[in-house]
Amino acid sequence: MLLIAAAGMLAVAAIAQTAAAGLVQVGDAVAFGSLVALGELLRITLPGNRESAPIAAGGALGYALLLGIGNKPAVQSALQVIVITAGGMIVGALPHLAAGRPAKLAGMASRLIAVACVAFVFRPLAPTPLIRQHWWLALAVMALLVVLAWFVDAVFGALIRAEELRARFSVALWDELRVQLPLGTAVGASALLIAFSSEVMGLAAVWVFTGPLLVSQVAFRRYVGIRTTYLETVRALSRMTEVGGYVEAGHSRRVSRLAAAIGRELGMSETDLDELEYAALMHDIGQLALRDPIPGGATVLVSPADQRRIAELGADVIRQAGVLDQVADIVKRQSEPARGPEPSPPVASRIIKAANAFDDLVGNSADRDRASAALERLRLDIASEYDPGVVEALSKVVGRRALSRA
Amino acid sequence: MRRLSRTAWAYIAAVVIAACVLLARGPFAKVDLFELGVLALLFLVCDSTPTPLMTRSSAWSPSSSATLASVVLLGPVGAAIVGAVSALSVRRGLHVTQRLFNGGMYALSAYAAGWTFVSLHGHVGVPGRSSFPAVIGPFAGAAAVHVIVNHGLVAGVLRLTSSGTGAGRKARPGLDLALMLSDLGYAAFGLLIAALWSVVGAFAAILVLIPLFVARWAIGQYAAQRQAYEATMAALCKAVETKDFYTRGHSERVSRGSSMLAREIGMRADRIEAITYAGMLHDVGKLGVPTKVLQKTGSLSEEEYAAIQLHPMRGLEIVREIGFLDEALAGIMHHHERIDGRGYPLGLAGDEIPEFARVIAVADAFDSMTSTRSYRGARRIDEAVAELRKWSGTQFDPALVDAFVTALQRDGWERPAPVTPPSSPADGVTAQDHDDPTAPLRIVESR
Repeated sequence: MLLIAAAGMLAVAAIAQTAAAGLVQVGDAVAFGSLVALGELLRITLPGNRESAPIAAGGALGYALLLGIGNKPAVQSALQVIVITAGGMIVGALPHLAAGRPAKLAGMASRLIAVACVAFVFRPLAPTPLIRQHWWLALAVMALLVVLAWFVDAVFGALIRAEELRARFSVALWDELRVQLPLGTAVGASALLIAFSSEVMGLAAVWVFTGPLLVSQVAFRRYVGIRTTYLETVRALSRMTEVGGYVEAGHSRRVSRLAAAIGRELGMSETDLDELEYAALMHDIGQLALRDPIPGGATVLVSPADQRRIAELGADVIRQAGVLDQVADIVKRQSEPARGPEPSPPVASRIIKAANAFDDLVGNSADRDRASAALERLRLDIASEYDPGVVEALSKVVGRRALSRA
Repeated sequence: MRRLSRTAWAYIAAVVIAACVLLARGPFAKVDLFELGVLALLFLVCDSTPTPLMTRSSAWSPSSSATLASVVLLGPVGAAIVGAVSALSVRRGLHVTQRLFNGGMYALSAYAAGWTFVSLHGHVGVPGRSSFPAVIGPFAGAAAVHVIVNHGLVAGVLRLTSSGTGAGRKARPGLDLALMLSDLGYAAFGLLIAALWSVVGAFAAILVLIPLFVARWAIGQYAAQRQAYEATMAALCKAVETKDFYTRGHSERVSRGSSMLAREIGMRADRIEAITYAGMLHDVGKLGVPTKVLQKTGSLSEEEYAAIQLHPMRGLEIVREIGFLDEALAGIMHHHERIDGRGYPLGLAGDEIPEFARVIAVADAFDSMTSTRSYRGARRIDEAVAELRKWSGTQFDPALVDAFVTALQRDGWERPAPVTPPSSPADGVTAQDHDDPTAPLRIVESR
């Protein structure tokens, strides 16, 4: 919220100032503004539901870093860069609003502030002889600024996510940097290309170097699309055990949600959380191979040998896919006690073990006494079966849930 | 490396010798050593990180941008040297002959491009602001010649080596238009590298290629994710089949059959993809039917029959949340409807039945008939085709049956390996199958 307010104020101040001073080099400004608008129109969603507008970011950064178009040097002020970027963003967001999609102000605000940082540093530098005469100095400064923009954007993104998902900020920042790295590199390189080649090729450069970004963007969109379908499919097929009468309705999904919350509480990174979610969704898939369903499907109540057999059957099924060996391992070791003679199972397995037991005991009920009784029972087994840290995180998650329900 | 025919050897030797002669002749006057080094390195980097193509033996890389940049910056001989560097590629698994041929082939095509550039009055050297519109014409000519010579030489060697061994690989020796176009696109970036050279020197190469490499990386990620997705779905569907001994592999075969038929009737690519998934998932709802009903020996009571009739709906219930085309969902829900309206769950008839469902119905019945069941062995393909024809018009869409038969003749059909039933005491055999038109379910009328 604060972020959006800050960006809004920045934009308003810039507009007021520029309105007083007037726009310079209007034609070029309009070209870059329309590129930003186009990029904002073609926003994509990165893995983990992150908004991104690579073309808009590339165009805006390119405008901030512009040295000159053809033979004439670029003289726009930092404030004009902000005005053009903000204007382009607003124009590009309008169709989204008209189509009933949310405008996603937070993402726009963080992009605008990142561009503003670059513009405030570089615009005063651009006309200095030092930058104009030494291309390598210009290149170094620009590269540095582009990295700065990427970092600023990631920090804001991480702040937003840490608040939304209750993740730790350091973990969120790391995830953010990792996810944004490939596209960020492409955006940064394109911005540099636009800035430099405009001197040689004129405005044509702006459109030429949008090409590869567009290709990356299309590929990313398809990549994210298939990822989403993948998760949806695993979620849907995890319900096979429910329809088959092996487990209680909604069990797999509740366990996966609980497991993800515990994992986040324990500060797991996004890649690990994804694996955890897949494993949690499929943790009971081994039951499909049983001739007769376990009464109530509650694996916590059957003998350890049977638990182990179900886990191994499930792992076999998953291993057949050939691409989820890590997940198969998590599923396989979910039945092992947290502290036993063997090397202790991965933390994801321990989380699933606890989350599964909790859900088997509590089910879909929202009864607080039942939840605390189940927690008590898990605590009794801390010495051998369950990981104390995981059970602590579980009780925190459950406690928070009870609060939000009340 | 497979053994090569004599013509193939002669061809490769000719290419390599021609390249060596051109390189030896020079002149090297205009070749700037620093530029040459950078471009050769660039070429190597591009060439060593190719995107694998469908056929494992060939691969495709954005190296043409490096070659074309050297055409402008260095001229024909310099470009040929850059191309020849391909022989040093760090790509693994390349035989010496392959390396030599690659080097010769790239050198020849680069020289041809450079020669075209010069004959069209292109100016060799770092282009400045003034040379801009004028350089585009000669460059376009050079790029076109490069792509044509390059693909021509490769097509030649592919034809010679594949016919020489007579291997049954489905490689299409010939010119791939899409590939040529993308190479042309990469070649265009060569001009951009050359243009930026005047501003940022050698960094131009790196800057131009970063977005390209990211784009390729993203495409690779997409392909990998998609493969993972399909494998996972297949594995989960197999999990459903473990319970029933006789239906193992059924989902995958129905999926293959459905896509075969869909291709035969000329469906769009995205619909073919959707029907492949729908075929895979068509029977997940069977999990909701108790095993003892599915494997029951005697006649079914009306309730039991109702439970079986419900399985397409159960399947729909499971897969509804996947972001599929609605068509795929309709295909799963209606795959047991009959053209004469006597199917289930809704009793739709004729064109009311969604196309996906009609396609899956044919593939489903065909696979069920050609695989072993507890009450009979697997039918031969011609017997199963005869049965399909017999039920065409009552149970199946006649047009689809015809198309399926055509597709069968073209692609063939892999029947599942005959199963030996488990050695459980045969206390009576199920002579009924919900998928098999020749052994319909028997229902006891309760009234």
